[in-house]
Amino acid sequence: MRTAFFRAVMDAASIDPRITLIVGDLGFGVVEPFAKRFPAQFLNAGVAEQNLTGVAAGMALMGRIVLTYSIANFPTLRCLEQIRNDVCYHRTNVKIVAVGGGFAYGALGVTHHATEDLAVMRSLPEMTVVAPGDPIEAELATRAIIAHPGPCYLRLGRAGEPVLHDSGVDFELGKAIQLRDGTDLTIISTGGMLTTALDAATQLDVRGISSRVLSMHTLKPLDEDAIAAAARETGAILTLEEHSRIGGLGGAVAEVLAEIEGIHVPFRRIGLPPGFAPLAGSQEYLRAAHGLGAESVVQTVLNLLEIAPA
Amino acid sequence: MDDFNPSIDEVNKLSQQIRAQVLQMTHRAKSGHVGSSFSIADLLAVLYAKILRVRPDEPEWPDRDRFLLSKGHGAAALYATLADRGFFPGDWLNEFYADGTLLAGHVTHHGVPGVEVSTGSLGHGLPLGCGMALAAKRDGRPVRVFVVMSDGECDEGSNWESALFAPHHRLDNLTAIIDYNKIQSFGSVEEVLNLHPLAEKWRAFGWAVSEIDGHNFGQIVAALKNVPTQPNRPTCVIAHTVKGKGVSFMEGQLLWHYRSPDANELQAALRELETHR
Repeated sequence: MRTAFFRAVMDAASIDPRITLIVGDLGFGVVEPFAKRFPAQFLNAGVAEQNLTGVAAGMALMGRIVLTYSIANFPTLRCLEQIRNDVCYHRTNVKIVAVGGGFAYGALGVTHHATEDLAVMRSLPEMTVVAPGDPIEAELATRAIIAHPGPCYLRLGRAGEPVLHDSGVDFELGKAIQLRDGTDLTIISTGGMLTTALDAATQLDVRGISSRVLSMHTLKPLDEDAIAAAARETGAILTLEEHSRIGGLGGAVAEVLAEIEGIHVPFRRIGLPPGFAPLAGSQEYLRAAHGLGAESVVQTVLNLLEIAPA
Repeated sequence: MDDFNPSIDEVNKLSQQIRAQVLQMTHRAKSGHVGSSFSIADLLAVLYAKILRVRPDEPEWPDRDRFLLSKGHGAAALYATLADRGFFPGDWLNEFYADGTLLAGHVTHHGVPGVEVSTGSLGHGLPLGCGMALAAKRDGRPVRVFVVMSDGECDEGSNWESALFAPHHRLDNLTAIIDYNKIQSFGSVEEVLNLHPLAEKWRAFGWAVSEIDGHNFGQIVAALKNVPTQPNRPTCVIAHTVKGKGVSFMEGQLLWHYRSPDANELQAALRELETHR
């Protein structure tokens, strides 16, 4: 996703000199080509995210389109009030980009687990929140947030995620992408869990359970129509995210479902349980250890459908 | 602004007018921060009368100087200044703090001509100012940026991130003015979290530092009219001020960080201001 992001930013920066990338002294080995090619559109602000974010808002108020870039929680939680007051309240053209959503930096420890960012960013006024599901979505999402006026948060994975879309996918902010259709349930996924959602759907298929899979790449504004359609047209809904169960995709979908009159659809949120994940481990290990593996998803679906009125 | 070049006497009149308005506004609103507004009244009067290149009839003029009141609790003084300079009608001041109106108790940009950024949480103005100054430099625009901060605000770590940043990026179009009135929310700066030696700190970070009497018009003009004073360096003007300056029973009193003048205090204070005109 990181590579796809930089490809899109380089393209955009070559056309529009307003596009400015500010990094917080991170991105070794990936930001250099941008820095070299666009020195007037690049800034390393040092290890100082509060100032970095204020500088981004100040530059945006002077007419630039600014992307702030760092990893895990550094570009979001560390400078949250600058994002709220400076970026959002002034409705600046600042795009906050975090690499390493969820457990992407799992082995680096709890400080590097970005597992509450979606909930926090989603609650901010004016903020658009995007978590693409594969490199193709990441590239299209990057182009989309640059073109979208106003504050955006882009949560990326890291590197090496599988490509899940054929080329030519129709990407629009706020519009879920359906990767497969089914009738027994809908798996709604955000961010890098999309590959797990598809794996689980394949396994369920073998058992004769047909799944619709939606990539909810935009958490805000949320595609309420797609959620309502899933509630009407399929037998159950499951959300899947590499994020706390509180306030992220699951919470957002639950809010929508609770307010749709006349529809009561069996529903489960798969996400991280309350509490930190203090043990070291790869992304794959930590996902599995916290119930985010495809097998866990399949098991949750089986339990959910059993209790569902058929 | 281009044809507006008032005498020092007129600047003094403006600063007393700002104070009188602040008294009326805070009395009506039953709001505080009179002392914080008074300590910057003379700075604001000089900035808006003699320093800033701004156009009240064209507040969004792209190449205007940017003024950021980072100590957002001094809002009453800024609103009074902007109204006096014609950015918006003076009768807006009557609605300071009022339900459903634009002039909130901390500096608010929303719908208020002349206000660049909203502040109120401390330590936000200098990073924003750094971004504006850097963008102006990179785009080759003549914009200068002025940020007024409080002394208590210097407790915030974000300012020191900016203090490192601005000299590193040679932002000589940026000027930070510190309203050093020596009193913060809970007591004296010395007691709460000592800033001394403040000038040496900014100098060590690479700023061109001057110290002035923040109530002496000649010194304020001299410190600000020729910035940058050193090429490639941002300017830091430490303005030694008196909280509540201009009304004897408010001067140097922590109480007037919070208290709103009652009817008797309002009249007494207004009478005293008259004698300074």
